[in-house]
Amino acid sequence: MAKTRKRGGSAEAGRERAAELARRDAAAQRGPESGEVAKGGEAPPMGPTVPGGGVVREDAPVELRLHGKGVVQHPTTRVRRVSERPAPWADPALEMPPPSLRELEEEPLVIAGQAFRSRLIVGSGKYPDPTVMVAALRASGTEMVTVAVRRVDLARREGILNVLDPNEFFLLANTAGCFAAEEAIRYARLARAAGFNEWLKLEVIGDQETLLPDTQATLEAAHALTGEGFKVMAYTNDDLVTAMRLEDAGCVAVMPLASPIGSGLGVVNPYFIREIKRRLSVPVIVDAGVGTASDACITMENGVDGILMNTALAEADDPVAMARAMRYAVRAGRLAYRAGRMPAREIAVPSSPTRGMLN
Amino acid sequence: MAEHIRVHLNGEDRDIPTGLTVRGLLESLELEPRLVVVERNREILSRVRYDDVVVGEGDTLELVHFVGGG
Repeated sequence: MAKTRKRGGSAEAGRERAAELARRDAAAQRGPESGEVAKGGEAPPMGPTVPGGGVVREDAPVELRLHGKGVVQHPTTRVRRVSERPAPWADPALEMPPPSLRELEEEPLVIAGQAFRSRLIVGSGKYPDPTVMVAALRASGTEMVTVAVRRVDLARREGILNVLDPNEFFLLANTAGCFAAEEAIRYARLARAAGFNEWLKLEVIGDQETLLPDTQATLEAAHALTGEGFKVMAYTNDDLVTAMRLEDAGCVAVMPLASPIGSGLGVVNPYFIREIKRRLSVPVIVDAGVGTASDACITMENGVDGILMNTALAEADDPVAMARAMRYAVRAGRLAYRAGRMPAREIAVPSSPTRGMLN
Repeated sequence: MAEHIRVHLNGEDRDIPTGLTVRGLLESLELEPRLVVVERNREILSRVRYDDVVVGEGDTLELVHFVGGG
């Protein structure tokens, strides 16, 4: 039962407050256990937003278990209402940036004039099963998904489009598995003939063991394909000169590797990644070698425009959870970069005042 | 006219009925034409031609589609 506050205010105000709290309680009890989800700019929900949590009324006495005293009633303790602070893990719609940061945080990734709301591009290979893959892609918040081009297995017949909806994700076909320019060009044309778009992740490998790109063949294929109207996003190594040549060849994005494909080693050469970003005009998207969330965050902190990963999700114990972690990591890294980090120093500088110390 | 012709399909020799159009071939293999890209003798076939083009003796055909990949 609602009680009027003892500390002051008119009796009528107290009754109104109690009535309002009672209404909120009733609403909370009606709502789902995990709470109601706020969308867009709506006010936070008044019902419970933490599973098992509830509304603790300000004027209700609180039971505290005090060490050495057992359970006591504490009428004057103000306990924060659980409902006022939505659980951060509850729903991405609740992670609204404050107005001052909204433009910054929502700045899209623009490639060849097309805007993408996520800076994370994800591959569709190697997942334990299709359901997990789709759940992971959605959890990652990605808008662009890479696919490969292969012969139809005439016994099994199923392809990725039996699982992936091209209306839900922008499909970026790759030339994975190609070791020569001519081969990559053939695969690119086949990919375009599928009829979805003219975009291409160009990948020409030079070494079976490390899967490092054959930069010469990549440049040759890039020239040919941009000439045929493809929007080429070129996978390359961390060599600045090759990156510049790929941009000169008309690629719409240049994608230097962090470390070898599937290695999970993270960024092994941040200095050159930064140099490439500094010198190029087209978007720079780090592709390959990302292993865990911190890798993604560090990559984005170097100022690159986006990041592409596959194995980091597919080979995580829980790909959906890792996809979610990557979503946060990419946003965090980008925001940290835009925030302008403090300089790293070789000396210590105190954080608390040096004046005002006691004698 | 022979009832069957020999073609090279996705890397393997195969006998198929004579006179099949590309669409007919895809349907006989239980493949969705809109999900498959066809290369015939190293030439990519536009989907609008699937009903016109008849598969010939000795043709090398590649039927490809999108699969998962990074």
